[in-house]
Amino acid sequence: MPTRFFGEPIKRAEDPRLLTGHGRYVDDIDLPGQLHVAFLRSPLAHGRIRSIDVTAARAMPGVVAVWTYQDIGPCQRRMPLLIPHPDLTHPYTRYALAKDEVNHVGEPVAMVIAESRYVAEDALEAIVVDWEELPPVVDIERAIQPGAPLVHEELGTNVAAHYVGIVGDPDQAFARAAHVFRERLVIERSAGMPIETRAVLAVWKDDEELLEVWDTTQAPIVIRNALAALFGLAPTQVRVVAPDVGGGFGCKIMVYPEEVLVPYAAMVLRRPVKWTEDRLEHFVGTNHERLQIHEAEIAVDAEGRILGIRDRFLHDAGAYTPYGIIVPIITACQLPGPYKVPNYHVEFQAVYSNTVPVSPYRGAGRPHACFVMERLLDRVADELGLDRAEVRRRNFIQPHEFPYDVGLIFQDGAPTRYDSGNYPGMLDLLLERMDYQRLVQEELPRLRAEGRYVGVGIACYVEGTGIGPYEGATVRVEPTGQIYVATGMPQQGQAHKTVLAQIVAEELQVPLESIQVVEGDTAHFQFGSGTYASRSAVVCGSAVALAARKVREQGLALVAEELEVAPEDLVVEDGRVFVRGAPERGFTWAQVAQLANPLRYAYSGDLVVRPRPWTGPALPPGRQPALEATEYYSPPHATWASGAVGALVEVDVETGQLLFRKLWVVHDCGTMINPLVVEGQVHGGIAQGIGGAFYEKLHYDENGQLLNASFMDFLMPTAMEIPHIKVAHQETPSPLNPLGVKGVGEAGAIPMPAVVASAVEDALRPFGVHITRMPLDPDQLWRMTHPESA
Amino acid sequence: MTAVGSERRTIRVTVNGTLYEREVEARLLLSDFLRHELGLTGTHVGCEHGVCGACTVLLDGEPVRSCLLFAVQVDGHAIETVEGLAPRDGELHRLQRAFWEKHGLQCGYCTPGMLMVLKAFLAEHPDPTEEEIREAISGNLCRCTGYQNIVEAARYAAQLLRSSGRVVEANHADPLLR
Repeated sequence: MPTRFFGEPIKRAEDPRLLTGHGRYVDDIDLPGQLHVAFLRSPLAHGRIRSIDVTAARAMPGVVAVWTYQDIGPCQRRMPLLIPHPDLTHPYTRYALAKDEVNHVGEPVAMVIAESRYVAEDALEAIVVDWEELPPVVDIERAIQPGAPLVHEELGTNVAAHYVGIVGDPDQAFARAAHVFRERLVIERSAGMPIETRAVLAVWKDDEELLEVWDTTQAPIVIRNALAALFGLAPTQVRVVAPDVGGGFGCKIMVYPEEVLVPYAAMVLRRPVKWTEDRLEHFVGTNHERLQIHEAEIAVDAEGRILGIRDRFLHDAGAYTPYGIIVPIITACQLPGPYKVPNYHVEFQAVYSNTVPVSPYRGAGRPHACFVMERLLDRVADELGLDRAEVRRRNFIQPHEFPYDVGLIFQDGAPTRYDSGNYPGMLDLLLERMDYQRLVQEELPRLRAEGRYVGVGIACYVEGTGIGPYEGATVRVEPTGQIYVATGMPQQGQAHKTVLAQIVAEELQVPLESIQVVEGDTAHFQFGSGTYASRSAVVCGSAVALAARKVREQGLALVAEELEVAPEDLVVEDGRVFVRGAPERGFTWAQVAQLANPLRYAYSGDLVVRPRPWTGPALPPGRQPALEATEYYSPPHATWASGAVGALVEVDVETGQLLFRKLWVVHDCGTMINPLVVEGQVHGGIAQGIGGAFYEKLHYDENGQLLNASFMDFLMPTAMEIPHIKVAHQETPSPLNPLGVKGVGEAGAIPMPAVVASAVEDALRPFGVHITRMPLDPDQLWRMTHPESA
Repeated sequence: MTAVGSERRTIRVTVNGTLYEREVEARLLLSDFLRHELGLTGTHVGCEHGVCGACTVLLDGEPVRSCLLFAVQVDGHAIETVEGLAPRDGELHRLQRAFWEKHGLQCGYCTPGMLMVLKAFLAEHPDPTEEEIREAISGNLCRCTGYQNIVEAARYAAQLLRSSGRVVEANHADPLLR
């Protein structure tokens, strides 16, 4: 019997090293002779540099160099626009060090390179900048008004992009609707905030003419390609490694100024150079996300069936658009969620402001979309006197309607086409887990009779995962018996080493311990784009499966030839390839690898290949000496995961505190490779989603100063705030990829603002509260429940 | 110009049972001392203002934030870091084993701090409730796990520690709902 590896809750291969303090994060690596960098960052949201005097800083003992824009050679060109889009008509990217203007607090202005970080920071204080203050733009609604100050004067507008997407005939749908409901919905600015900040360590190796870089990036190949292009090096002269990375959540995928400046310093100074971001720098120097303001309306018939949706929203792009308009495009495409929206008009403007740039953070536009859609449906339910679950049920895309086209082009340029799912089944399972009828009809009335403000909310979502362009993998059986697996995708905690090994173990029937997964090192794999958009298991996992299957075929062909049997008569089990019904006639995978490789020297004493009569070249044409395959998987389009959450919450009206009494999740990411890992991803996403629903808001004042740039003031949930989460799975395999898998990385984060709004509104019905803004906080809840205090 | 705190002092500190004598700048943080002077990089730095808890070590058995202490302040004291947890190479402390079995970590960055806090906590609370565990780790931020499996791992570790490691328990008894 074959052993099952795929689908099993297998403990992670990563853990023993990480648990014993032997992880290897970028800042853990110290190289001999290493220099340290500190950056001088703009204290102003918008300003012009009249002059910078670095003389005193350069003269300080231990300071090796102090650089401004004038000193950075090839890094003087603008940072790349990574993802252009035709509707991004006014893109703008920064200089690695400000040339003459700064556009947000935290923008790098000068760079000190010194013998220690302590000395480098001392020297920052000796740099004198003569600033001219310019009027900042913070409020994006004011930014689009005529006469508003401009973030980038030369663009002549604060609108970076204007997008319109139309499906069907929305005007006609609204004209014939029984009901139309409008909402203004806001989701505030937040950020991924991994516990490990960013860091870069670089060394130029003269003897090898090689630039080696360790970087906390989610996309080492992208960084490698950017550095090679920037410095005029062959790609093979640049090695970028993302070793252990302490969380990413989107913000570590970028080409940041520090990622080019630190390697440049190492090349110029001919010494290893390290920079590790501190937490304050992270708040103002690493990308944010989330702020959107939606004006949405829904048209329904008398039974609450959706006839059409119109949504116009503003998206806060921050000061620059290096990552294009990926986030608002995802919002636009995913807004319909699991529901049939035959007529849809969506339109957004991406607006510049003098704040930290915006790029994807776990969810990447989806929590916004889900919040808008679910708020509209809750409104329909309440206005029509329908149960909230019933409204959703009436509007679901049905299981027989896949593939289902939403009618818009998704973030990857492919159609927004749902491949599979069972949304009614998903909601039914959730309601069953919640014991929904009893909860709503018995439990809530009982608790409310005790004077408690309790409420139930539900929310459903879809997630386009596993987008292209492609990823690849090499699988090789070594003649010593180990299996080498290399991919270009690094991880930030997603258990790649475990789940990719499970895929290979399943195909080759070898023990997990024999598999060595190497990831995130451009010396091992050179093609691919990185870890983002919930795509590793789907795209990279599929490439690994294809490569492992190819190796399996190679092995079967070799053994068939050696034993003079048909490949169909062979079985692969227990780490061996042998003749069906005659297990003694066969080889271990190590021996098969030796069969592939006609060396004249043995690896050890047990050489399986015996000298044989001459028949021609040792390697016949078309044969390779390695039992090895490199395969790529390129999805036709995204595969669509889905889920439903339910929450029972209580509001303490005396303190404004929100208490989660119960939280249920049903999640469908197709076939699961490792349920333990899937659940971990769901838990983590939900915790971040709860942060985004009640705690985490980056608060800028009107001058563009970030007021809560510390962990004392930006509140991330602790173990006290996150409830026990009950997870149930539904599996509707994806027909698009060889494993049937869908992504799960961002899932949990998506529905939380929506479900919290729904549940809080339900809990506070006696106060007639209507939730239109996320996150909430105790202050807001207290005001809502104490209207007399206004 | 001499920066404040850049004068050097000699300190003697016992870390994981080994005595180290080093000359350090007075302003050197304990976290930097452990990581970059002693090469004990298992202690991580997440915020450097004492909130995230990633840098937690034990100072004479008590959890402290190593980013809020100067190395000179622990002169003459004993420090325990995550590297000192496992009884020997190739083995895991029961707390570490529990984290492994219960999927109590993802990126692993907050993990050393969690382990050190829990080591001290479980020594004083051998049979804690879930609520007590949550409170015990409430000074340690985790951005990956949603804490659920950390709480579960702590509960399981308490069992292991109480029973000399002989707990037999299905890891994933009900795959549909836990």
